[in-house]
Amino acid sequence: MSWVAQTLNSTLGRKLVMALTGLFLCTFLIVHAGGNTMLFRSDGGQAFNEYTYFMTHNPLIKMVSYILYTSILLHAVYAGILTAINRKARPVGYAYARPSENSTWASRNMGFLGVILLLFIIVHMRTFWYEMHFGSVPMATYDGQEYKDLYKVVIWAFSQWPYVVLYTISMAAMAFHLVHGFRSGFQTLGGNHPKYNPLLSNLSWAFGIIISALFAAMPIYVFIQTH
Amino acid sequence: MKFDSKILEGPLAEKWTKHKFTQKLVNPANKRKYDIIVVGTGLAGASAAASLAELGYNVKAFTYHDSPRRAHSIAAQGGINAAKNYQNDGDSVYRLFYDTIKGGDYRAREGNVYRLAEVSVDIIDQCVAQGVPFAREYGGLLANRSFGGAQVSRTFYARGQTGQQLLLGAYSALSRQVANGKVKMYTRTEVMDIVMVDGKARGIVTRNLITGKVESHAGHAVLLCTGGYGNVFYLSTNALNCNASATWRAHKKGALFANPCFTQIHPTCIPVSGEYQSKLTLMSESLRNDGRVWVPKKAGDKRKPEDIPEAERDYFLERRYPSFGNLVPRDVASRNAKYVCDEGRGVGESGLAVYLDFADAIKRDGMNTISAKYGNLFDMYAMITGEDPYKTPMRIYPAVHYTMGGLWVDYNLMTTVPGLYAMGEANFSDHGANRLGASALMQGLADGYFVIPYTIGDYLATMPADKITVDRPEFKEAETGVVNLVKRLLSINGQKTPGQIHKELGKIMWDYCGMSRSAEGLKSAREKVRALKEEFWRNVKVVGTGDELNLSLEKASRVADFLELGELMIVDALNRNESCGGHFREEYQTEDGEALRDDANYAYVAAWEYKGPNQDAELHKEELIFENVKLTQRSYK
Amino acid sequence: MLNEKREFYLALSIQHLNFERRMNLKLRIWRQRDANSKGALVDYEVKVNPHMSFLEMLDELNETLQQKGQEPVAFDHDCREGICGSCNLFINGRPHGPMQTTTCQLHMRHFHEGETVVIEPWRAKAFPIVKDLIVDRSAFDRIVQAGGYISVNTGSARDANEIPIPKIIADEAFNSAACIACGACVAACKNASAMLFVGAQISKLALLPQGKAERKATGRENGGSDGCGGFWSLLQYRGLLG
Repeated sequence: MSWVAQTLNSTLGRKLVMALTGLFLCTFLIVHAGGNTMLFRSDGGQAFNEYTYFMTHNPLIKMVSYILYTSILLHAVYAGILTAINRKARPVGYAYARPSENSTWASRNMGFLGVILLLFIIVHMRTFWYEMHFGSVPMATYDGQEYKDLYKVVIWAFSQWPYVVLYTISMAAMAFHLVHGFRSGFQTLGGNHPKYNPLLSNLSWAFGIIISALFAAMPIYVFIQTH
Repeated sequence: MKFDSKILEGPLAEKWTKHKFTQKLVNPANKRKYDIIVVGTGLAGASAAASLAELGYNVKAFTYHDSPRRAHSIAAQGGINAAKNYQNDGDSVYRLFYDTIKGGDYRAREGNVYRLAEVSVDIIDQCVAQGVPFAREYGGLLANRSFGGAQVSRTFYARGQTGQQLLLGAYSALSRQVANGKVKMYTRTEVMDIVMVDGKARGIVTRNLITGKVESHAGHAVLLCTGGYGNVFYLSTNALNCNASATWRAHKKGALFANPCFTQIHPTCIPVSGEYQSKLTLMSESLRNDGRVWVPKKAGDKRKPEDIPEAERDYFLERRYPSFGNLVPRDVASRNAKYVCDEGRGVGESGLAVYLDFADAIKRDGMNTISAKYGNLFDMYAMITGEDPYKTPMRIYPAVHYTMGGLWVDYNLMTTVPGLYAMGEANFSDHGANRLGASALMQGLADGYFVIPYTIGDYLATMPADKITVDRPEFKEAETGVVNLVKRLLSINGQKTPGQIHKELGKIMWDYCGMSRSAEGLKSAREKVRALKEEFWRNVKVVGTGDELNLSLEKASRVADFLELGELMIVDALNRNESCGGHFREEYQTEDGEALRDDANYAYVAAWEYKGPNQDAELHKEELIFENVKLTQRSYK
Repeated sequence: MLNEKREFYLALSIQHLNFERRMNLKLRIWRQRDANSKGALVDYEVKVNPHMSFLEMLDELNETLQQKGQEPVAFDHDCREGICGSCNLFINGRPHGPMQTTTCQLHMRHFHEGETVVIEPWRAKAFPIVKDLIVDRSAFDRIVQAGGYISVNTGSARDANEIPIPKIIADEAFNSAACIACGACVAACKNASAMLFVGAQISKLALLPQGKAERKATGRENGGSDGCGGFWSLLQYRGLLG
């Protein structure tokens, strides 16, 4: 077996894939959250739509988006494999265990949180990505150029409470997922040093909460604005 | 019986070199034809198994633990001596030799002890190369400390876990050979008998502790590295599974047992707290550097230690031994603690303890200094007793710690049975009547790394490499013996558990054959032990069956041997009409109560021969010849 | 550091007040005849002295059981001073019980009158049950055999002081080497992973100059050993390695 295949089939290699894809998805979240703050502008969606256009037409962004799709898939598939291995590692459980003594709730429920996020991504992609690419999105014209008016689709969705509830719950799940995942990604890559551990840990908390809160603020903001 | 210790004539410093040269060698290509059985995987066993496998021999190693790394060598705290003289304080091989032979109260062979000191330096090199993380100075070089009252700093240590680190070094070397296929490891396997073919040790019979299966293993030599017999006393600092069965059954097959009465009592142990006590925990001897030992002057004084004024305290070691004070050797400190407790001045609920007080040291050096020096020991004490030694004095009491006696071996470590070797604490050879601190680890590793690899070849070279099968009648007979023993133990179905009888034996041994012994007491103890042995075979209750994991059965089989060995210890103590080292006979003391040696009549090794069940053992004397040291009386006044 | 210790001792002296009485405890112990039998939790009642160690409490139970002609509860134990790593009980939902120490160093004063104490074996596929509370931990030996050693034959070593090792490195290496291989890290880990054990072995070898010569060879073997990775695990079951 080549060393690549050997690495990818070892538990260490699998964890490495989880960490690298996970941290890559974290960088994506930063860009995504940053761009989407255009929603907060009171310009009738011009900035947002221009940003959307850029994101769907820039060749470099397009290439990166394929890496993104692959990462999500790999992250999910490897999570499935690792969870199965972990389950098998303890075929008979304890009658009485107190795992909270040495692990956090999030760390023990990454699979569950991940499934929520996967379902969320499907709904999210269906609502916006699918509509944008294959659906019928109204058009808007700025400075004589036509843009797909995704802003309207967003406003339509977020003015309905089921969407707002779904998004808020999903972002809470993401917060937990990130607080554990961000820190652990570094851990898997060898980032464990008594001097920097507290910093990394705080950064992980900050990242998980700020990013998730920012995303959750968008549907809530729109909902309040439209009612 | 004619004794041949096989020590060559000539200058002390050249004996080992010359001896090595006279040893016959096994051709490198022939080594793989020989099978060596190693019983026990502590420091001596693991180091021997690894070293012999490296040479090319096939090794079968046996342990009753689940892993070789659990052997009780792991619990040694203090350190390991070596005559490196890294501290430039005047240490030398000769000085280590001299200290060891004097510390042993002149009851060890000069040649053996000198060799031990000689190879001590190689041990440190070997361990460091294996990755043992010894304590170091800031400059990156090895640190040393003075230990057990030695005048030079020659003790190498790894915090308070030196034994652990040395054992893990030997274990890693052993693991490497297991991976190489040169050592076949048998875990959870207890040795039940030694098998003799044509007068030579050619194999063992084992019992698989999980399945109960009785099996035979054949080889060209058998090495017993099975530790000491301190658990005869029931309570000791030994691990709970430590036992004497392998050495005792070897003794019954013809190996002489030497100096069984030489047992070491360690003065600083955490006292017994109740009848349920299963084991005693040692506190490092270093505590006596700063702690002051005292008891109330008045018998039966039950006040709290803080409430007893200075004038009503008796710092008995400082009073009796003004120059050494609290730092007198182990046996002296232990005996004096016993005396004050016998006078009714012992402290604590049981009255079997003395105070070790750090109040003055804390006042003098401050809490932080004391905590830096002894913090981990204080924590351990607090964990076990639930008392805070920073506030209230520690309570300590002596406990059985090490047994200097063991199977008689010659300079090659071979017992009186050809092909049967004994190493480490299992043999009697190097510590005389008393072992110095940090010398046990040194001896175990010396035997395994640097003695047996040279000496075993001399024996193997004389015998054909032909393998024998375990189908021979000698093996079948031994197997039947083991099966019958198991059946017999299971069939008695009496009233007392093996644990109860063991506890009773321990009490007899401790009371009459412990820190202080008298002819009268020993005689009555012998009757008591005999009666207990008789009761054991009539009234022991062993539950379960023989073909499963059966703790009750394991215990019973070991206790049966302790009972016989206990009697021999008493017989030996009764025979030795002198006081020396760990053996103190009340009839033989100076006017001011110190041990009185009798070099004219007892400068010999008492080696006992087994003569059959319920027969008196026969005494053989190996005279000790001292050509290099002058015998002097110890004085610590 | 010293202040933390003071608080620890203060807590001790408070518990000390409860010493006099005998405690009644209800034990629920996993009994399993052998590897292939089905096991179950069995209830026992014991009266204990708070000074006892946890294993002495089990000793007493076993004596009582034997006197009644019943088989004692099988459990691993040996040195009873916290260093051999034999004892391995999962007590009330935690490896070695509530005190972050080994089972043999746990004392009954840390339990209270009437408490129910659940005692189970380590649970992991890598540690199959042998009998009752005894499990087979030979997986740890196999990990060490896969490369947890420095290849040096007896007699071939140079002088011990020839390679200086900075004190700070030697101390770090010692911290890793002090692992007692009890298996609590595997028992506690939600994934029953031996990452902490393997990590301890590797970091000792990686820190010391002696281990560096064959670092690549042994590291690779360890990385490939089934189910065990080399990096520190997500879960730091601290206190058991120190």
